[in-house]
Amino acid sequence: MNGWIGTVLRVDLTSGSIKKEALDLELAKMFIGGRGLGSKILYDEVDAKTDPLSSDNKLIFAAGPLNGTFAPSSGHFNVVTKGPLTGTIAASSSGGMFGPMLKFAGYDMIILEGKADRPVYLWIKDSEVEIRGAEDLWGKNTVDTTQEIRSATDEEASVACIGPGGERLIFFANIMNESNRAAGRTGVGAVMGSKQLKAVAVLGTGAVHVSDNDAFRVSVEKASIKIKEHAVGGGGLRNYGTDVLVNILNNIGGLPTRNFRESYFPDADKVGGESLTKTLLTRPRGCYSCIISCGRATRVKNPKYEGYGEGPEYETAWAFGPDCGIDDLEAITKANYICNETGIDTITMGATIACAMDLFENNIITTKDTDGVVLNFGNVEAMMEMVHKTARGEGFGKKLALGSYRMADSYGHPEYSMSVKKQEMPAYDPRAVQGIGLNYATSNRGGCHVRGYTVAPEVLGNPEKADPLVTEGKANLNIIFQNLTAALDSSGACLFATFGIGGDELADLLSTATGIKFSTEDFMLAGDRIWNLERLFNLKAGIGPKEDTLPDRILKDEVPKGPSKGNVNRLDEMLPEYYSLRGWDESGIPTKDKLTQLGL
Amino acid sequence: MAKMLMIYPDRCTGCHDCELACSFFHDKEFRPYTSRIKVYSWEMEGFSMPTTCAQCEDAPCVAVCPTGAMYDDPGNNRVAWDESKCIGCRMCTLACPFGAVVFETGKRRIIKCDLCDGEPECVKICPTCALDYVEETDAAKARKKAVAVEFKKTFEEVTS
Repeated sequence: MNGWIGTVLRVDLTSGSIKKEALDLELAKMFIGGRGLGSKILYDEVDAKTDPLSSDNKLIFAAGPLNGTFAPSSGHFNVVTKGPLTGTIAASSSGGMFGPMLKFAGYDMIILEGKADRPVYLWIKDSEVEIRGAEDLWGKNTVDTTQEIRSATDEEASVACIGPGGERLIFFANIMNESNRAAGRTGVGAVMGSKQLKAVAVLGTGAVHVSDNDAFRVSVEKASIKIKEHAVGGGGLRNYGTDVLVNILNNIGGLPTRNFRESYFPDADKVGGESLTKTLLTRPRGCYSCIISCGRATRVKNPKYEGYGEGPEYETAWAFGPDCGIDDLEAITKANYICNETGIDTITMGATIACAMDLFENNIITTKDTDGVVLNFGNVEAMMEMVHKTARGEGFGKKLALGSYRMADSYGHPEYSMSVKKQEMPAYDPRAVQGIGLNYATSNRGGCHVRGYTVAPEVLGNPEKADPLVTEGKANLNIIFQNLTAALDSSGACLFATFGIGGDELADLLSTATGIKFSTEDFMLAGDRIWNLERLFNLKAGIGPKEDTLPDRILKDEVPKGPSKGNVNRLDEMLPEYYSLRGWDESGIPTKDKLTQLGL
Repeated sequence: MAKMLMIYPDRCTGCHDCELACSFFHDKEFRPYTSRIKVYSWEMEGFSMPTTCAQCEDAPCVAVCPTGAMYDDPGNNRVAWDESKCIGCRMCTLACPFGAVVFETGKRRIIKCDLCDGEPECVKICPTCALDYVEETDAAKARKKAVAVEFKKTFEEVTS
């Protein structure tokens, strides 16, 4: 088979059975791979009402048809499951080399079912697949786990594992691969922990083939040039990492500050990509087949926060920085390292601490709750203490481990949680960037920027500039970006490739790789199909139109100062049009006609 | 012109595109396992090192080859081999100090960098110019210049 490998690995952790199944090519044409095909399988095989941490939930590692080729920046795979943080369908994307390596081993996908009766890890070397005991690894951090599994298997293996975060079923636990790459949102790590699966390690020595070698090479060259010549894809991201966004967002008053009380942080530059490059950066890093290399290898020499690894990227720098009123880049970077080692999501961690700071300053919680820590905004020591406490599962850290919504709710004030569908919003204030607010509200995995990154047109002018303060046209813009991203996530490409290429180039890459003709329309339609399927899963799970909203602070409290002063998000001007353009009824349910058109 | 493959590990991001391009050119498939160039990465330290055949002037693989299959090919700036003369004794693998000559189990053949007959694919694809195919005497120019630039910066700081 071309593009795809043609084999799916199914492992039942309860019985220990290991099966190899043929990939359903008809489904692959409709859902591409990765996020789309994984979601289709989850939809068909898992009851949407299933408790995410029960043995009935499944955990799917899904590669895409472009993984393992030299299509530009095509090293992303997806972890698909029902997520514990949101209760929605969860697809979490990660780079590194796991996706390509899975294909070199001879699989498009691994479906993990059931629950092991003891800690285990899965070792895959080409056709040999083995469930091994992981009692000795349980409790270890992600860096040590990765190293020890490599020592026991092969030094070149790709290891995707959980840390203590996933073992303790923290609702925002990650799966980390290659130590620094994260399937980071929605709590996929907790699902892995609930199955007592410490890691999946893969070594592949096989090949990925494409249909038309010459045509594929031409497609790749065309796409690569476009990314390299793009100001963001070939410039900003490479030179400064994603953290280049700090100053850009702050300048328009779109950098959420102190738990979204404000959206302008005067000292933002201290935590931005330009400062990072001058101070902590060792060198840029790339995922497999990446021509952008936004990754940041960093080292902190200050003994107080000493360490090394990767990060911070923009969302992390914001979450532990401006969102907590903090401008100490060394502390932020250390917090990032601790989260990576523990295997927890930096956005939710930082935003949950910010929420707790807000509760503290409003006297809803006191030092009695916080183990004596004076938890006010801007307190670097307190922020670090909270990260440590959560990582270790101590005292108030157990509350923080619930995520901001459940934590704030436990004190009777869920309105302090800056989340959508219980997942924390990331680093773009929807009052300053209207369209991204609609995206947060309608995202199928709760508060998230990478489902439909309208920040690209609204702030960065890519592919063309849209006024961030206007609501008109944002429904349509969101639908285009959401569909494109759903299809892209399914192909194996990285979202950042869209800083240079779009549906035309991606469809061309897919066609020449697989030998199956995808027009741009086919590609976008697949995205539409995937989006609607995810919506159907969520509706069945009981999460729907009622949850398509934003926190009151975003809808009602005007930005008090800074460049975006006086704005709120005007979701009500966008949401009805969004439903209508999606082909959904007024209450946000996909119509029969729409589903028929999509073949669902 | 005598050229060589210059490697700048400090520029390498660990993307492995060189391995993909190598196997695609030689074997029409993406199979880094049989790539003639190999990147080793230390993820936590953020360091990657591409390794490949050094095309030695006085090559041990040529010296030990009992049939003359492995031979010096100065016209193409490389050490080449003649598959029809290769008896698969693997002496070249044993002799190479860089581990750059490999006997591949699957296809019962030698795999080693041949500089793609003068236009190395790995160099063409490398997104950060961590690989370059340059005239030998010029090979260290970029590094010299980098030192000079650093010195200039420091000098200006000290003297300003």
